Amino acid sequence: MLGLNKKDTSLLVIVAALVMFAPFILNPFPSDSGLAQFNAGYPDLMQRFVIFGIFAIGFNILFGLTGYLSFGHAAFLGVGSYSAVWMFKLLSMNVIPAIALAIVVSGLFAVLIGFVSLRRSGIYFSILTLAFAQMSFNLAYSVLTPITNGETGLQLTLNDPRILGESATADGSIPVTSLFGLEMRSTYEMVVGPWAFQFNAGYYLCGIIMLLAFYLSIRIFRSPFGMMLRAIKSNQTRLNYTGLNPRPYALAAFVISGMYAGLAGGLMASMDPLAGAERMQWTASGEVVLMTILGGTGTLIGPVLGAGFIKYFENIFSKINDTVLHNWFSFMPDGLEDFVVFLIHPFIGKGWHLTLGILFMLVVTFLPGGLVEGGQRISRMVKKKSDDDTNAKTTPAE
Amino acid sequence: MSKTNMTRRGVLKTGAVASAGVALPTIFTASSAAAYTNEPTGPNVTLGFNVPQTGPYADEGADELRAYELAVEHLNGGGDGGMMNTFSSKALQGNGIMGKKVDFVTGDTQTKSDAARASAKSMIEKDGAVMITGGSSSGVAIAVQGLCQEAGVIFMAGLTHSNDTTGKDKKANGFRHFFNGYMSGAALAPVLKNLYGTDRNAYHLTADYTWGWTQEESIAAATEALGWNTVNKVRTPLAATDFSSYIAPVLNSGADVLVLNHYGGNMVNSLTNAVQFGLREKIVNGKQFEIVVPLYSRLMAKGAGENVKGIHGSTNWHWSLQDDASKAFVKSFGTKYGFPPSQAAHTVYCQTLLYADACERAGTHNPCGVAEALEGFEFDGLGNGKTLYRAEDHQCFKDVLVVRGKENPTSEFDLLEVVEVTPASQVTYAPDHPMFAGGALGTCNAG
Repeated sequence: MLGLNKKDTSLLVIVAALVMFAPFILNPFPSDSGLAQFNAGYPDLMQRFVIFGIFAIGFNILFGLTGYLSFGHAAFLGVGSYSAVWMFKLLSMNVIPAIALAIVVSGLFAVLIGFVSLRRSGIYFSILTLAFAQMSFNLAYSVLTPITNGETGLQLTLNDPRILGESATADGSIPVTSLFGLEMRSTYEMVVGPWAFQFNAGYYLCGIIMLLAFYLSIRIFRSPFGMMLRAIKSNQTRLNYTGLNPRPYALAAFVISGMYAGLAGGLMASMDPLAGAERMQWTASGEVVLMTILGGTGTLIGPVLGAGFIKYFENIFSKINDTVLHNWFSFMPDGLEDFVVFLIHPFIGKGWHLTLGILFMLVVTFLPGGLVEGGQRISRMVKKKSDDDTNAKTTPAE
Repeated sequence: MSKTNMTRRGVLKTGAVASAGVALPTIFTASSAAAYTNEPTGPNVTLGFNVPQTGPYADEGADELRAYELAVEHLNGGGDGGMMNTFSSKALQGNGIMGKKVDFVTGDTQTKSDAARASAKSMIEKDGAVMITGGSSSGVAIAVQGLCQEAGVIFMAGLTHSNDTTGKDKKANGFRHFFNGYMSGAALAPVLKNLYGTDRNAYHLTADYTWGWTQEESIAAATEALGWNTVNKVRTPLAATDFSSYIAPVLNSGADVLVLNHYGGNMVNSLTNAVQFGLREKIVNGKQFEIVVPLYSRLMAKGAGENVKGIHGSTNWHWSLQDDASKAFVKSFGTKYGFPPSQAAHTVYCQTLLYADACERAGTHNPCGVAEALEGFEFDGLGNGKTLYRAEDHQCFKDVLVVRGKENPTSEFDLLEVVEVTPASQVTYAPDHPMFAGGALGTCNAG
């Protein structure tokens, strides 16, 4: 189907099903139970899952295929966000021009940075990209304040021109982002017994765009161009000796990957029309590296899983506080309860970084192929159990 | 070159996906039946406390969280009732808000607009919070205020001192109890004039974001009106931890007053650096070199230790105030946590009480009703004397304290002494004052 082989088609279908039914899948616990704390099926987080999924998919096209570790990818995300918000300020609240401009501007930006950075490889490339990203961050933070509004972040106001739309709605508030009238924030809530499932227009737009991005990434992975990128990763010197110039290919991968990041940034701004400089900070660049490695570098689905994993921790674990813990362990005797809460305390709330760090260490140590390798091991174990005598052929991590 | 293999399963799968896709647009059209965003229908009402738990303002955030928990306890009838007993409005019964028990959720803003909005969004979308409060940074407060306006919930600003919060970025759903940069300038100027005279050269170091900018503007305007000269204004990144490179140029600038438009960890570090460079022992232009910290708090004084002695600034509230309300608050906070509250704790405690009281008086949690109850509300007994929530910009007008780092502290909390209480009339400005112009409240949004 769609020019994909059978395995890739089923992967795409599975991802599509996951994206479409995410409001159900991510809301397994009834909203009145104590476990509702772990529900992730609310629009904002689901949007983040798919948007950072796009970001990580794009990053993986560069890092997973060519092996070039860019440590400044957040710069493109930030540039995309700023472009999109400016489009909302100047043109209209329709998300299409905003996203389009975000992709174009981040693409141009990527050509510029890639052209310079790709003259070096390995650690030097990483440092160059990091330097560019930090430069962009500092520019956005202070020097370019008229364009970026500095630390406060670029926001919409009632005085923006919005030449194709309206500066303010009839009731005097700032108009909301929409897709030809379909408001991005409109949410339909389906109440089934104790469960409340939320279907959000913005989420489904992001979801559909992520599926397109995912499909495109499969096609790139399976194309001769993808093969060439892999050649760069395995032995660039040999490519040079055979008379091929690898740099245009690497640059193309870099630009594509930058455009993916810009798309993610544009979508972020479309869901929530605000762009802050911290989106470009090196920690944000590091985050996408973590996502990709955690999920499985060079695999198709890995980055998406990694993105979901990290965003889940950031948003769910950081919101567990001591009061919640006391509720959970209220069945214990008083002294024991306080002790258990004291033990868990460093790992929740503001300590979510610690929990994530430990999990990251465990994954990298025991599953170098990331979460995807974990999945493969489990499926292999299940397969072995079902037919022990047939030699189960292992599939490479892809 | 593609070949089509139709299998029963394949057709079923494709059919299911396609029909789901076709069905999708129809479910967007309906909207929820509630009258306003997150209308509390059960026995509980949820408030969202969104404070920095990490980053340069983490100390303030932690203290805010303590005050919120105390406020919730008091609202639900626990503890000794704190300032509920001294509050001039007697609508609160100690049975929650309108008989609904108050629940709360917390989040970490990380002092980043993005993270703060994500956290606030999850409170609104997931936890059903009907009011969001908090923020220890004006950038964050403004970002979250904008979000609350869009989402249709009330935002009760915490520690935010920028003129913009109730100036050009004001919103109909946002309310601020804390004072602002203009008020600091207006309160400090007469004191500075008495202390340091009218012939001074000021050098500003400013945290590079909305709060720093507006405070710098306010202080510069107020001091220039005294006859002071502003030598230079230097912006420093919020994330900076070492200010040596910014302090060194001050020495050769010819300035004899350093104004630190820094807050929290920033101020602790910059003041420490300035003292280490020996600025306070310098004699410039024949005058003793002075340092001014326009926005002061006890937590900062604690962080900077010895260095704050004799340094002047302004503050919203201080625990050593001797009115009944302040004493009641200090007592119940101290009983629960073992130390006196900071001004951040005080303002968020007040905000929570004010919100609950407005709900009771309005008889609804509907943001529009609550906003109406808060607009033009005059009250007393929350530690600041008579206070007005002005309807035009949702800013509270009350007395401002000018404080000084104490020379001989008697305890680790007794770090600041009140030099002067500037009456509210002296810090009041017109709603269309140029420093606050350019924005509009818009209309209240109930979602």
